[in-house]
Amino acid sequence: MILTAASVVLLFFLNLLVGSVAIPAASTWKILTGATGVDPIWQNIILKSRLPQAFTALMAGAGLSVAGLQMQTVFRNPLAGPSVLGVSSGASLGVAFVVLLSGRLAGVALSSIGYMGEVAMTVAAIIGSLAVMLLIMYVSQKVRGNVTLLIIGVMIGYVATAIIGVLKFFSAEEDVRAYVVWGLGSFARVSGGQVTTFVIIMAALLPLSMVLIKTLNLLLLGDGYARNLGLNVKRARMAVIASAGVLVAIVTAYCGPITFLGLAVPHLCRGIFRTSDHRTLMPASMLAGAALALLCNLIARMPGFEGALPVNSVTALIGAPVVAVVLFKRRKEDSGE
Amino acid sequence: MKHTDTIVVKDLAIGYPGKNSVKVVAEGINDTLRSGYLTCLLGENGAGKSTLLRTLAGFQPAISGTVEVMGKPLQQYREKELATVIGVVLTERTNLQNMTVEELVGMGRSPYTGFWGRLNADDREKVTAAMELVGIAPLSGRMVQTLSDGERQKVMIAKALAQETPVIFLDEPTAFLDYPSKVEILHLLHRLATEMDKTIFLSTHDLELALQMADRLWLMAKGRGVVAGTPEDLAMDGTLESFFTRKGVAFERITGLYRVEPEYHAQVRLKGDATACAMVAKALRRNGILAGSDVESDCTIEALPEGGYKIGKGSESATLAVTMSELLELLQL
Repeated sequence: MILTAASVVLLFFLNLLVGSVAIPAASTWKILTGATGVDPIWQNIILKSRLPQAFTALMAGAGLSVAGLQMQTVFRNPLAGPSVLGVSSGASLGVAFVVLLSGRLAGVALSSIGYMGEVAMTVAAIIGSLAVMLLIMYVSQKVRGNVTLLIIGVMIGYVATAIIGVLKFFSAEEDVRAYVVWGLGSFARVSGGQVTTFVIIMAALLPLSMVLIKTLNLLLLGDGYARNLGLNVKRARMAVIASAGVLVAIVTAYCGPITFLGLAVPHLCRGIFRTSDHRTLMPASMLAGAALALLCNLIARMPGFEGALPVNSVTALIGAPVVAVVLFKRRKEDSGE
Repeated sequence: MKHTDTIVVKDLAIGYPGKNSVKVVAEGINDTLRSGYLTCLLGENGAGKSTLLRTLAGFQPAISGTVEVMGKPLQQYREKELATVIGVVLTERTNLQNMTVEELVGMGRSPYTGFWGRLNADDREKVTAAMELVGIAPLSGRMVQTLSDGERQKVMIAKALAQETPVIFLDEPTAFLDYPSKVEILHLLHRLATEMDKTIFLSTHDLELALQMADRLWLMAKGRGVVAGTPEDLAMDGTLESFFTRKGVAFERITGLYRVEPEYHAQVRLKGDATACAMVAKALRRNGILAGSDVESDCTIEALPEGGYKIGKGSESATLAVTMSELLELLQL
């Protein structure tokens, strides 16, 4: 755990140091501590680009991983991820509406109006994902059984994707491009004041999700046992879905749909810590998720790539082998016992 | 023996409420579960055993009637409170990974632990005691996924013990176990009932074992509600016979046990040593031959005092067999 925390700190500073413009470590430190006499261009790069990006990656990684862990536990399904209930599809739908329709209806390409456009996209994503989440929570009251709910979530995702497809078809090319770029996911798009908002929201939500630790541990045993041990399973399921849903909604709104991290990190943590106790897994997933997101961001920004690599490609390219190796190693140890 | 009535069931109807109509699985159930007793619920598949257990455990509402648990109506219990009164062992197989036996048994303490679910020294002591009672203390550090079915069942029983409930319900705890493990689990449960004065109620398909080990039986059949009593009473008044006998199964009132009953196609009269005769009768019954000292037949088998068997058939000359397998081969009926 300490190691994971240390790697988060290390990767955070590496994120500040590495980039297409070489800035010496000493100058970086000076900029961070607010000392004077540093090149203002460097200062701008560190404070306006690298620092916000590092914070965004940190929070987004932690949030998605916690959401993934919660979903995997509540559905007792190893393939469940933060996006499984269609919450991120909801966000995409919201953004698609704003980006693709604004061009047609208002005659203004949203991608061209800068800051206000960004805010509008964020708001649209939040509204879209929360709407889907509320729908899911409503359905979860009506249906018995997790698998049904899971399937309904996936169906909602399909419907959203289909609507987006229709919207794309009728939209101007540059709007479609703007939407596609959003869909690639990025820790870099969040700028200035938005980062502060994002970080504050996440810093409030992440500790709040810890409240569900005992609930999640009980849910591991299955509905029957959990209930017999005094848990109101229906309410617990709603709480977990709400918690994960809000986390995904916020992250997706600010960074676009980031895939893979939320699915993979919980598996990684179970493999490393060899436990299913959420008192360990929750903080572990937060830290590991943050570390992995920072690592991916670092790689995407390595000199040579010039920030051109979409985060989603990097998360999967780096993450998939890492997770595969951990799981494979564990399988071997298990059979060796 | 002093026993208290822990669960009193009055005019209970169980089943599932549908959109327009209610599907009643069983109704008119009236009986009492007592502490210190191992009560077994017997019935065919589909008779409603699981539904009854689920209803008594508060997992689903009763259609009508009342269930009183420790003198208080079941529906008046809050979830947390009920968790300290009734513990369950279910058939649903938990797919737990990376959890040790000790951790799983420790989950039984959940109703008593605080916000984070952390166990204190007292909790840990109770977990250890529960594991020792069930005999799984040596497994405490093992991962749950590496256990055998029998061991896993014991872990869940230890969980229920750690929960410190006066009542424990078990839904088919002996299913999927080999015979010695079945016996072991039932012995264990009987011991827990007697020594700790727990009310233990379990459903099972292991008729023979239940008849031998249960203090009380609840018999369930479609359309007949529930009939309860000690195995012996139910045997003597013919209830057991009427519930379970059918073609191929006979109920022996002498032993109070069921026996596989083939269709006999021949008869043999037995003579000689009683033990040897019993063995011959058993072997022949399997082959569809009714044999006994009171059977009238022109074919006789005599168990000789020096060992071996003499087979006589009407006026034919007698043949001798040394072992049972020889006897079965020689006997052409």
